[in-house]
Amino acid sequence: MQTHQAKRVEIMIEAVMANRLTEAMTEAGVTGYTILPIRGGSGRSGHWTREGQISRASTMLQVICIIRPDRLDALLEAAFSVVERHIGVVCITDCEVLRAERF
Amino acid sequence: MEQIFALAADNLLSPIILCFLLGVGAAMARSDLSVPEAAAKALSLYLLFAIGFKGGASVAAHGVEGTLVLALLAGIGLSFGLPIIAFTLLNLLAALDRTNAGAIAAHYGSISIVTFVAGTSVLDTAGLVYDGYMVAVAAAMEAPAILSALWLISRGGAPRDVESGLWREILLNGSIVLLIGSFLIGWATGKDGLAQLDSFIVAPFQGVLCLFLLDMGLVAGRGLRNGGAVLQPGILIFGVLMPLIGGMLGLGAGLLLGLETGSIVLFMVLSASASYIAVPAAMRVALPEADPSIYLTLSLGVTFPFNLTIGIPLYIAIARLVTGGG
Repeated sequence: MQTHQAKRVEIMIEAVMANRLTEAMTEAGVTGYTILPIRGGSGRSGHWTREGQISRASTMLQVICIIRPDRLDALLEAAFSVVERHIGVVCITDCEVLRAERF
Repeated sequence: MEQIFALAADNLLSPIILCFLLGVGAAMARSDLSVPEAAAKALSLYLLFAIGFKGGASVAAHGVEGTLVLALLAGIGLSFGLPIIAFTLLNLLAALDRTNAGAIAAHYGSISIVTFVAGTSVLDTAGLVYDGYMVAVAAAMEAPAILSALWLISRGGAPRDVESGLWREILLNGSIVLLIGSFLIGWATGKDGLAQLDSFIVAPFQGVLCLFLLDMGLVAGRGLRNGGAVLQPGILIFGVLMPLIGGMLGLGAGLLLGLETGSIVLFMVLSASASYIAVPAAMRVALPEADPSIYLTLSLGVTFPFNLTIGIPLYIAIARLVTGGG
């Protein structure tokens, strides 16, 4: 089956910043993404879990976006403008997709 | 003094405090006991709805008093002023940079709605009446502290511009909307509305509060276990001293307004408590450089347990002593 090269961008970000990130992505023309909750983890600010939390301050989300390689820079610039000062991780991997016109 | 110890002992042996301590103990002992995030949020929604509705129904029953507006203004004034005191105290007690000191100060100018709910529960048990509009005062005290703290930080460096989106999130955060909304519904529907919901928001209230405080205990215990090391002795002292200072200012405000004993206690509780819902979220947006492990651990792991176990009975005893109220 024919596959096409694409980039998978995973952005782990504080829940309070998620809307700002997706708005910046939309402005940059990236409208397709998926948001997943993160149960917990550990990083430079120590161990954390979302169990029992009622404040959004202590929770994180993962925004996953699969795009054509030529659109990567625009996405990263938009994402970086939001996450630059915040806790989070931006990760890019190569992937292949079946229907290139959708990305 | 004897009265304070007796009240503190009674309070410590109440189900809500024991549930909180159970949560702290379980978390410290690394038990796998946990409350799912969705359940914790549902419990908090219930408590906010119940306390708001009952407050509104109480205002409907007793009528709008002139002190309502003055109490709101006093609450807003305290919320603006408390961060300045907290910031100054932190500079004296702890070697923190301006950003972290400002972020902590914002928490102590704002309020903890769960401490407020626990305070009303203790007052109900003690048979002390309070004004229903204190719910509105609680909501009014949430946000001004954030502005005050950002001003304090900007005085030492570059001005901090607050984006309009953040203000919308602060002023329309879910807790405030539900609290004010249920307050207005309770006010509009009065005793008939309360009678319709009585079996839902009155009888189960204490049990739900117990479960919620169990969750708060678990979160506080985990915070202390994982983040306790970041709290220097000076910061720990601040976490206990600042509620006492805030409580005394709340006492002064309540006395100046001529409130009854129960309402004075709630003013003290509000002024003594530290936010851990609205302000931490605002700080993550406005001050991402501030270390959340310091302000969250301090607010939830030190000041919240202090107020819950010792603070509230102390404030009741002091208010009774000063007003002579029973």
